[in-house]
Amino acid sequence: MNTADQYVKAIYLLQQMEDGPASTGALADRLDVSPASANEMIGKLESRGLAEHEKYKGVTLTDEGIVRARDALQTYCIIERFLANVLSVDEFRAEARELEPVIDDLVAERLDTIIDRNPECPDCFDPETDACCHLDVVAEQVEPGEQRAD
Amino acid sequence: MSVGHQVDSDHQLARLLQIGIVLEEVVEARSYHHYQSLDDEPPLDQEIEALLEHAAEESAEHRERLEDLIDQLDAESVPFEQIEALVEAQYGSTEPEDFDDILYDQLCNEETAYKFYDDLVGALRASEASFSIDRDRLIDILVGIREEEAQGVEEVTELMNTRQ
Repeated sequence: MNTADQYVKAIYLLQQMEDGPASTGALADRLDVSPASANEMIGKLESRGLAEHEKYKGVTLTDEGIVRARDALQTYCIIERFLANVLSVDEFRAEARELEPVIDDLVAERLDTIIDRNPECPDCFDPETDACCHLDVVAEQVEPGEQRAD
Repeated sequence: MSVGHQVDSDHQLARLLQIGIVLEEVVEARSYHHYQSLDDEPPLDQEIEALLEHAAEESAEHRERLEDLIDQLDAESVPFEQIEALVEAQYGSTEPEDFDDILYDQLCNEETAYKFYDDLVGALRASEASFSIDRDRLIDILVGIREEEAQGVEEVTELMNTRQ
């Protein structure tokens, strides 16, 4: 998963949580980057037709951006489920974020054949707990700032 | 989370190698089951039989190479028996419908394994981290496995073409 995918996924989840545009500050916090870096990437996403930014309101994904975000989220969700349910990794969130940039969607889909595929994925992902709802372990709600892996 | 994060710790590397073992086990289990299923087919296709036998042997050998690398890292890993049991349970219940299914499935498995090693080698080359294993040796081993997966993809593709 590349950097743009990580951004659209984060915007998608923030839009769900905020029920509206994702603020640049919240996006920077979630990705643990500076607001300046977040702004720069938002500009790139806009030029690629994946997002729209409105001053003082925040960033909203376009239809194309939503498709991309849902694909990225599905890949992430599979990695999380694989780590938690198959390998019984306690720190599955932190590890999933570490592995996310290296695991391609093709590879994730193959890993998914070992776990039970859930047709509703990625709607099974809960942005509040930052975890898939089909995990064998109960995911506790993540406090702001606690969701950083590094 | 750090955006664009790359491989930089023994623990993360061990986890990725473990995922490689899972993918190899999928190839091995799948080949084995397909190979077994061919025993029941009266017109035994020797070419496919030889290909699956070779794929299973090669995957077992890749798995051993990956396990050897994990053993040299300063990280805990999931016992292979646990992974093996899980993959077996999943694939023991599925049967291919015909020879084309077998070849297509084999192609997907080999392609996925190739993509995985290719991404991992790319991530390692992009990282400046040092591990308990010598980086150059690590990359050489993974490149070797990746090339064998590429050959596997080529062999399946050729066989598929000759059968059309």
